[in-house]
Amino acid sequence: MAKPTTSLRTYALTRLALVLPMLWILLTLVFFMMRVAPGDPVTAALGGRLPEKELQQRRHAAGYDKPLIVQYVDYLGDVARLNFGTTITDDRPVTDVIVENGSATLELTFWAMVVALSVGIGLGLLAGRLRDSGADVSIRMFGIVVYAMPAFFLGFLAQLLFGERLGWLPTSGRASPEVQFLLPTHTHLYVVDAIIYGDWATFKDVVLHLILPAATLGLIIAGVLIRLVRVNVLQTMKGDYIEAARARGIDEKSVVYRHAFKNALVPVVTVLGLQVALLMSGAVLTETTFNWPGIGFELVRYLNNRDYIAVQGIITFFALIVIFISLLIDFVNAWIDPRVRY
Amino acid sequence: MSATAPVLDVRDLRVWYGSARGAVRAVDGVSLQIRAGEVLGLVGESGCGKSTLGRGVMGLLPDGSAVDGQVLFQDTDLLKVSDRQLRRMRGPDIALIFQEPMTRLNPLMRIEDHFSESITAHEPKLGKAEVRRRSLEALGGMGIPPTRFRNYPHEFSGGMRQRIMIALALVLRPKLVIADEPTTALDVLVEAQILSILADLKRNFDTALLLITHNLGIVAEACDRVAVMYAGRIAEEGDARTVFSQPAHPYTRELLRSVISLNTTGLHYIPGAPPSLIDPPAACKFHPRCPDAMRVCAQLAPVEQRLSAGQRVECWLHGPSDRIPEGGREPLEQGRIAVAEEA
Amino acid sequence: MASQLIARAGRAFGPVREARGVPRWIVWAGIVLTLLFVVMALTAPWISPYEFDQYKDASGQRFVKQQAPSSAHPFGTNVQSTDVMSRVIWGARTELKVVLFAVVVSLLVGLPLGLLSGYFGGPVDRVLVLIMDALFAFPYLLLAIVIAFLLSDKFGSGVATAAFAISAVYIPQYFRVVRNHVVSLREESYVEAARALGARPRTVIGRYVFQNVVQSVPVIATLNAADAILTLAALGFLGYGIQPTDAAEWGYDSSRALSDAGAGIWWTGLFPGMAIVLLVTGLTLLGEGLNDVLNPVLRRRKMEPVTLPPRAPQEDEA
Repeated sequence: MAKPTTSLRTYALTRLALVLPMLWILLTLVFFMMRVAPGDPVTAALGGRLPEKELQQRRHAAGYDKPLIVQYVDYLGDVARLNFGTTITDDRPVTDVIVENGSATLELTFWAMVVALSVGIGLGLLAGRLRDSGADVSIRMFGIVVYAMPAFFLGFLAQLLFGERLGWLPTSGRASPEVQFLLPTHTHLYVVDAIIYGDWATFKDVVLHLILPAATLGLIIAGVLIRLVRVNVLQTMKGDYIEAARARGIDEKSVVYRHAFKNALVPVVTVLGLQVALLMSGAVLTETTFNWPGIGFELVRYLNNRDYIAVQGIITFFALIVIFISLLIDFVNAWIDPRVRY
Repeated sequence: MSATAPVLDVRDLRVWYGSARGAVRAVDGVSLQIRAGEVLGLVGESGCGKSTLGRGVMGLLPDGSAVDGQVLFQDTDLLKVSDRQLRRMRGPDIALIFQEPMTRLNPLMRIEDHFSESITAHEPKLGKAEVRRRSLEALGGMGIPPTRFRNYPHEFSGGMRQRIMIALALVLRPKLVIADEPTTALDVLVEAQILSILADLKRNFDTALLLITHNLGIVAEACDRVAVMYAGRIAEEGDARTVFSQPAHPYTRELLRSVISLNTTGLHYIPGAPPSLIDPPAACKFHPRCPDAMRVCAQLAPVEQRLSAGQRVECWLHGPSDRIPEGGREPLEQGRIAVAEEA
Repeated sequence: MASQLIARAGRAFGPVREARGVPRWIVWAGIVLTLLFVVMALTAPWISPYEFDQYKDASGQRFVKQQAPSSAHPFGTNVQSTDVMSRVIWGARTELKVVLFAVVVSLLVGLPLGLLSGYFGGPVDRVLVLIMDALFAFPYLLLAIVIAFLLSDKFGSGVATAAFAISAVYIPQYFRVVRNHVVSLREESYVEAARALGARPRTVIGRYVFQNVVQSVPVIATLNAADAILTLAALGFLGYGIQPTDAAEWGYDSSRALSDAGAGIWWTGLFPGMAIVLLVTGLTLLGEGLNDVLNPVLRRRKMEPVTLPPRAPQEDEA
């Protein structure tokens, strides 16, 4: 019955090997989804705007005249080399889109996650500890109502209140036009770049623009986390080892913080991976609401223009991110909970 | 036996807790004493309240339970002290060993951490080296090598986990140990090991031990005295050897007859099922199932008697005769033993 | 057979009546809120002051654009000169129609798949799990957008396409939950005993597994409906949902209202948004309340307080 603990490294390698089938399935799904629409992407995007010969050339360049199976293999090969294609409508390598707009999204989701974790975990732990009290019920209700608010509604309210009525915070874009123009982009993460640039006014401008979108998205995710953490705390407090710790004379505060809370957060880490998917979905809405030039924003734009190659590239990128994040989460989980390693 | 004061002196303890259907009278007036170096076995069927008694002594009862009586631990009434004081006594003075070792250790903490937490909770000034030395010593006494000190609970088998739990309970050298069915979840070989460990306690540290179990074999092997519990009360209590050879209470007698050994040729059982603790039978709680029941047993609650061999028993068969009314000694006409309510 | 099934499902809900305290209150709040919108949706043609796309009154006079709330228009009018209140009421109809459709479809596909896959296992199960997990891990909105987009290219946008797009997103969820539940049930002793007695798979699934699984379905379906409304609104907001000429949809209205915020016009965005929040909250409370009630691990039976009676003196102490 005793099992030796596998090293973290063995676990990581095993996990990596297991994730490849899932990745393959995702990519296959993306590939076929993009070919459901009749005709080819080039015609769909540019048909009627360019002469037929030109269209044929482009089709050939993009490889759309080859048989399906060849296209499929090419696609997989491209993904392996991290080549996501070139957009049809504005001739940008999708990789550029990913880097420039992706970092905008990254910045937004990162800070949103910070908000979500601090608010969500903090309130969730509190609610679990004070079960069935007034505070517990209010926190639960808060969590439910906040999650019920679509990002665009919360954004709308935020813009109304903080933007228009109070005038405290900007409601659109990553930075004011002047700052946008002046800021040299090394990392494309404006906060980091502003720090490197060293100018206080620029930094302030960038941060102010970040507050509303990050808070909006973060609060919504916090709503989910609150309920999750609370339930886990309640489950954990019933554990046999909690009673055993009390029987050894450990004071209640230590029992709650060291045994209950820590153990309660472990399953939360697992579910954190799912929150990332939620985060990305929310990001699309938040970006549209606040005119934040992220990758979700671009995706919507390309979709409207029927630029299927761009869409395929972006969605593929998302698939890779999803797999990567789930791996990361599993890894962190194994690090925290030694029982999980095979 | 020395005439020293008992380590534990329980006087008329009652523990009732609430349920959807009414109050459960888990412990309904129990008195017992344990001296230093003495092992008292507490036996009874499942649901007779023995676990509640063990927890009641420690103060680990669920919310909504009502307790009264006295639980004197070396002259301190545990029912009257503050929560803080009680917490401080758990570990260095009284320790509890649980039944299921598999789930009693925090899966995310190493064994080392369990020990350091326990020790420093009660002796915060102790240095790391000393904490480690004591932990390894306690574990060593249980046969757990120091190489496994930094392992996680899931890396140990059930028997080993129980030994770790015992080591954890003993590391602070408590004067009283309450073991709540410590071997029920383990196989026979491991059981023997654990029992010998518990026997060593008595020998080496003069620890008083309350051994709660439903297994009469264990009691016969490991206990000095035995208390037989039925429906929240002590039916009979005395020296183990005496009680087993000359059981005074019909319940004890029937229990002993039900034990299966190599000589058993036919199965013996006590008809009926353990009584409901919410609505126990009137007067003597055993009378519906007692083969020797008399009329008085259904009318008046029996009075505790002290027998010549040193036992305490609550049974009208042993008198006092002057309290038994006219015709009370006639055998009770039992209706068909009704299918008893689940306890 | 059907009546037996219903009776069995009914028995599975016994615990609802037993729960007390906070959970009950939550369930009722959820029921009230949800019912409010259901009634709104059902009675829309009668209680709505105007049509959802009506921009002039009976005499042919065009409504004032973006007019603040008044007696004629309690919720004001929006940028297309339509009455906000009417659009909110008619919107309830749209939301519930689509979501009901989507939940039913997801259930019809996901539940049996999960049941069979979980019970029979094998390579088919493993492949299905892989596919469903992959879909489940993907950001749901992106999936919905792409599917809605592709479907609308082929079939035109409307209630059906939106519903199908949404159900496609949630099928993996039903599948997962049902399958995992079935797998854990399969290991239970009583199922094993039944199989040892030679019960046919159909009996085992029908009698034991189904009743157990059915208990978790209402919670998931309710919480799912809540999510589905958010997804539909999101699709509408981005423009991939229902077109305004087909029906009123709260998400679409919110997208038009966004630019109004800068001008201080609050009524065009507030009311559709509030409607979404209230309906989703109602459904979530219902689902959470049901979960608290049906999930035995967290259920806390109310304990009657216990008082010890004074000790009875010995009966014969005369």
